[in-house]
Amino acid sequence: MSAAVLIEGLKKRYGAVEAVKSVSLTIQPGEIFGLLGPNGAGKTTTIRCLCTLSTPDAGKIEVNGISVIDNPRVARQSLGYIAQEVALDKVLTGRELLQLQAALYHMPVRVARDRIAQMIDLLELTDWADQKTGTYSGGLKKRLDLALGLLHQPDVLVLDEPTVGLDIETRTAVWQFLRQLQAAGTTILITSHYLEEVDALADRVAIIDQGEVIATGTPSELKDKVGGDRITLRIREFTPDAEADQARALLTQLPCVQEVIVNSAQGNSLNLVVEPQADALMTVQQALKEAGLPTFGIAQSRPSLDDVYLAATGRTLLDAEIAAAGNRDLKAERKQAMKGA
Amino acid sequence: MSTTITPPTPPKSTAIENAELRDWKAAIAADAQTPPPGLFSSAFLQETAAMTRRLFIQLQRRPTTLAAGVIQPVMWLLLFGALFQNVPQGLFGDSQNYGQFLGAGIIVFTAFGGALNAGLPVMFDREFGFLNRFLVAPLASRYSIVMASAIFIAAMSLVQTAAIVGLSAFLGAGLPDVLGLGLLVLIVLTLVLGVTALSLGLAFSLPGHIELIAVIFVTNLPLLFASTALVPLAFMPPWLQVVASLNPLSYAIEPIRYVYLHGDWGLGSVVMQAPFGAVTLGGAIAVLIGFCGLSLALVHPLLRRRIA
Repeated sequence: MSAAVLIEGLKKRYGAVEAVKSVSLTIQPGEIFGLLGPNGAGKTTTIRCLCTLSTPDAGKIEVNGISVIDNPRVARQSLGYIAQEVALDKVLTGRELLQLQAALYHMPVRVARDRIAQMIDLLELTDWADQKTGTYSGGLKKRLDLALGLLHQPDVLVLDEPTVGLDIETRTAVWQFLRQLQAAGTTILITSHYLEEVDALADRVAIIDQGEVIATGTPSELKDKVGGDRITLRIREFTPDAEADQARALLTQLPCVQEVIVNSAQGNSLNLVVEPQADALMTVQQALKEAGLPTFGIAQSRPSLDDVYLAATGRTLLDAEIAAAGNRDLKAERKQAMKGA
Repeated sequence: MSTTITPPTPPKSTAIENAELRDWKAAIAADAQTPPPGLFSSAFLQETAAMTRRLFIQLQRRPTTLAAGVIQPVMWLLLFGALFQNVPQGLFGDSQNYGQFLGAGIIVFTAFGGALNAGLPVMFDREFGFLNRFLVAPLASRYSIVMASAIFIAAMSLVQTAAIVGLSAFLGAGLPDVLGLGLLVLIVLTLVLGVTALSLGLAFSLPGHIELIAVIFVTNLPLLFASTALVPLAFMPPWLQVVASLNPLSYAIEPIRYVYLHGDWGLGSVVMQAPFGAVTLGGAIAVLIGFCGLSLALVHPLLRRRIA
């Protein structure tokens, strides 16, 4: 059985910016695959190439074994694409947009009518289907967008940042819906720069940075590879520099502590990497107590995907985003996004 | 204070699948390897009809567009007609009065203006990302996007033309015979198709709507004034005569005007005395069809590269 999505050696350059340097991914049928990376890492470019909105400079892209470059029309039939920004015609009603979508996929009228009714029911749009979409709330627009993308029952659903700008409730609903879809056999590719989203949803993850895949695996595998547990510690709500340095010197001595970072952006909280053992927390607290230092707050956790990213690139996702913001050629990207080919 | 967070009710899992749809998709996949359906396939008709329907729904829900589209040429006709009302007879060729002379110019200018704006909605669809819905869909041909716009603009132009012809008749300009009206419609449609193609070409090649509006702005009125819409060729200084007799609009205006004034028109009738010689009615229509063909040919490779 061929992979649901196969991307090999994808390259795409926009003017002077090398948006995708080298991306290779294999997505198995029925899995939720997360593409995680900071803004500007090349996630959107990758899926634009996958969905035939951009032509790659080099590389191979296949959906169900069909090349999207050589045979785009056939590949499009298998793909559903949900863009980051919901683009609706605000003068049309939800039902009319669904009817338009059905015609774009050449559904026979009767099949389309049943399927539209089904999607309206499924996404709980019944009360709104015959209202103009201009009157819809953000969450409602997203639901209609999902209905549109799913109308032709694609084998592979591609979602670009599906929950950016949504309220928590809608976000949870979207997550739940995607799991439901997966259970029905749909392969799902999502991009996100939200760690929790990828962590919560994805069976497997590729972390992408500056146009390259830097790690692939299940979230659990990736975290295990980084190793160690994390302890976040506050001596006081806002710890003076002197105390923070004193604590660092002290804790670095402990055999179970691998690394101590003072995070000055968070009131000099201390981030510790420790051996994953049950009494690590106790040991740290004990050491502080003996040195006469108070403990305002302390928590132990497994490494997050951010730690995976940090280990691979030497910076956090947040730092990467701030850095990337200055490097992007937004004008060129917008131009490219508007272009058909 | 405590609140319980209730997760939204899970969707009915059975509804995600649709057996009928599966069958249909399997059938599609079976003939997937055949070459894409052409411009005359039922798939092409279906997608074109759906895109056209969208444009008409928009028009129906925003009737202002239609009202403005009809009021504008009517205002042109009334105001320009009044402005030149006292011009001595005979100055405008065979016309009885200026209103009679002006009708043909306003018909053509209105159709031209509408077609020139055809690219704007497509440009906005590009900017909002709505066009991506069309581009990710397995369209039989992306020319359906062009075709839908052309059908819509042509229908709009015909409504406007009917309004102008009606008002002109009311103002005493008379009516051409049935064949003459047929010729009028043919001329309007040919011009509209050629200009719509150019406008859509611009919509796919310019960076944004600001640029498109700028191009429309610098094209629209100059082409009006450098044509025979408002005054006859003989009325212009020699250099403008040259420009006006190169302007495709003149080749649409003069035949219509001739048909309005002469019941005994034929393809050999001389409709315009250009600086380089006489232009017959048949010749003018050939020029128009040539212009239309040229603009389609010009836009074809561009549309191919951008959207096909």
